[in-house]
Amino acid sequence: MSFNLTSAFTIYRAELLRFLRTAFGSLVSPVLTTCLYFIVFGAAIGGRMNEVGGVPYGAFIVPGLLLLTMLSESTSNASFGIYMPRFTGSIYELLSAPVGVAETLFGYVGAAVTKSLILAAIILLTATLFVDFHIAHPVAAFFFILLVASAFSLLGFILGLWADGFEKLQMVPLLLLTPLTFLGGTFYSIDMLAEPWRTVALFNPIVYLVSGLRWTFYGQADVSIAVATGLTLLFLTICIVIIGTIFQTGWRLRE
Amino acid sequence: MKSAGLAPKQSFVDTILDIRGLSKTYPGRGNAPPVTALDNVDLQIRKGEIFALLGPNGAGKTTLIGAVCGMVRPTGGSVSAFGHDMAKDWRRMRSRIGLVPQELSVDIFEKVHRSVAYSRGLFGKPADPARIEEVLRTLSLWDKRDSQLRALSGGMKRRVLIAKALAHDPDLLFLDEPTAGVDVELRRDMWQTIGRLREQGVTVILTTHYIEEAEEMADRVGVISKGRILLVDDKHEMMKRLGRTEASFTLAAPLDSLPAALADYPVTLEEGGRSIVFRGGDGSGLGKKQVAEIARILVNGGIEFDGIDQHESSLEDIFVRLVDEKGAKAA
Ligand SMILES: Nc1ncnc2c1ncn2[C@@H]1O[C@H](COP(=O)(O)OP(=O)(O)OP(=O)(O)O)[C@@H](O)[C@H]1O
Ligand SMILES: [Mg+2]
Repeated sequence: MSFNLTSAFTIYRAELLRFLRTAFGSLVSPVLTTCLYFIVFGAAIGGRMNEVGGVPYGAFIVPGLLLLTMLSESTSNASFGIYMPRFTGSIYELLSAPVGVAETLFGYVGAAVTKSLILAAIILLTATLFVDFHIAHPVAAFFFILLVASAFSLLGFILGLWADGFEKLQMVPLLLLTPLTFLGGTFYSIDMLAEPWRTVALFNPIVYLVSGLRWTFYGQADVSIAVATGLTLLFLTICIVIIGTIFQTGWRLRE
Repeated sequence: MKSAGLAPKQSFVDTILDIRGLSKTYPGRGNAPPVTALDNVDLQIRKGEIFALLGPNGAGKTTLIGAVCGMVRPTGGSVSAFGHDMAKDWRRMRSRIGLVPQELSVDIFEKVHRSVAYSRGLFGKPADPARIEEVLRTLSLWDKRDSQLRALSGGMKRRVLIAKALAHDPDLLFLDEPTAGVDVELRRDMWQTIGRLREQGVTVILTTHYIEEAEEMADRVGVISKGRILLVDDKHEMMKRLGRTEASFTLAAPLDSLPAALADYPVTLEEGGRSIVFRGGDGSGLGKKQVAEIARILVNGGIEFDGIDQHESSLEDIFVRLVDEKGAKAA
């Protein structure tokens, strides 16, 4: 299999520039939302809450809130990136170029991941304004965030190929990811749930992500970091296989 | 490979694009029946020529281009360009092909310069600002290089699409209706640009509804209708073979029958004997000569006429006739 580095970087750069063109809008809204969560749940209510497993409540919710934004932003950024050229028809250029699935993914998904990492950094910086927290395993945290951003950018890419309208584009982040993240232990430890809800929660894949990230932050979590990483990797692999198949069959790309 | 004695007039070296048995059937959506947009198309394009693909709306021109350039998945047949088979060697094949689509499909928030530079990079060529400047200057876009595409007029946008297609220096260029919605002046400009490309050795395949355009620029013309190639020929050959002269002599007094002296000419008596109509010639000037002869015969025979209406059939007439005749036969 060949890989054209120039083509891949060209797409990557163009996508990132497109992001910077609208950087203000793309960053302000998620950052503002996160601030509101910190003010309400971290500072205002958090002060009256007990520690969770020895972590102050304000700090406890940081990984979950970070994921809340990351999941929906990664997904929607990547889906938008590939949906727009399909929508305007300018995708003809990509299709007529000597560019395969690898370059396309590197460019579009790579750019979406980069945006998510920038966003994550900004959100964490913002969080320090509201709560005190200390990241126990920063390197692991970085790689876990990278992994999650990649997996959900890939999911977004699939979404952008599948969608045939703007509503569908927003449906998955809004109707699926956000509720699952809310219920996935962002604001509580699932150990705090009574049965059968605790067992039900274990079927929510986001629980493992929140838990995994929380482990990299505070060294403790509901499920083991190995399980969380394994599941995320599995998810990422499935996405790549799906995208590979899409490119091979040309579904939604070629008439 | 040398083949002693047997030197084919059209050697394979000269064929830059080889399309064989290409078919495309779009699946029907919902209740719509499937559409066969390409039906077993064979087409060979020669290196360095300008080839015009003529055909009515829905003939399959865009589908044909799409199948070669990667927007459309063929349902049958094979395509190879520069000796690279599309099924196996599509990367190498695509890297040398440029495409200007029919629709003005662009990211309207992008700036002209960046959009053109992007195209070059996408095709894997290293950045070359001097080359981009050259392309923009040739298409009179240099002054607009920092404008967003949405600020440009339709004709200007089309130029940007051409610039994007040229940015990676393709050897084979597809232009899908390059002059649709372009005013006369811009169209002349465009023809010049295409002429210059030919001088540089670029092979050009264009589709058009303007027969004038094919007549003016093309070396060879292909006529497509309902997904079938009806005819491919050298433009002049086609005019000669299918070209007709039509001349109508309006007589001063009606005749009962044709003068015997005109028996050898393809003439008919029409409008109740009020006019003699000549339909003949071959597009090479024979028709004109014969019309002059007929005029002389009429004068010598004392048959008076008030006027002559003469008309050389254009590629357009040929085209309409072909589509009518062969289309009817195919149906
Ligand atoms: N995506 C599609 N799905 C279904 N049918 C299609 C699709 N694209 C084109 N067709 C059909 O295929 C046929 C050929 O269309 P095509 O666009 O190739 O024609 P064309 O010669 O380019 O026409 P025009 O001169 O109007 O541009 C038409 O009947 C058209 O309706
Ligand atoms: Mg068309």
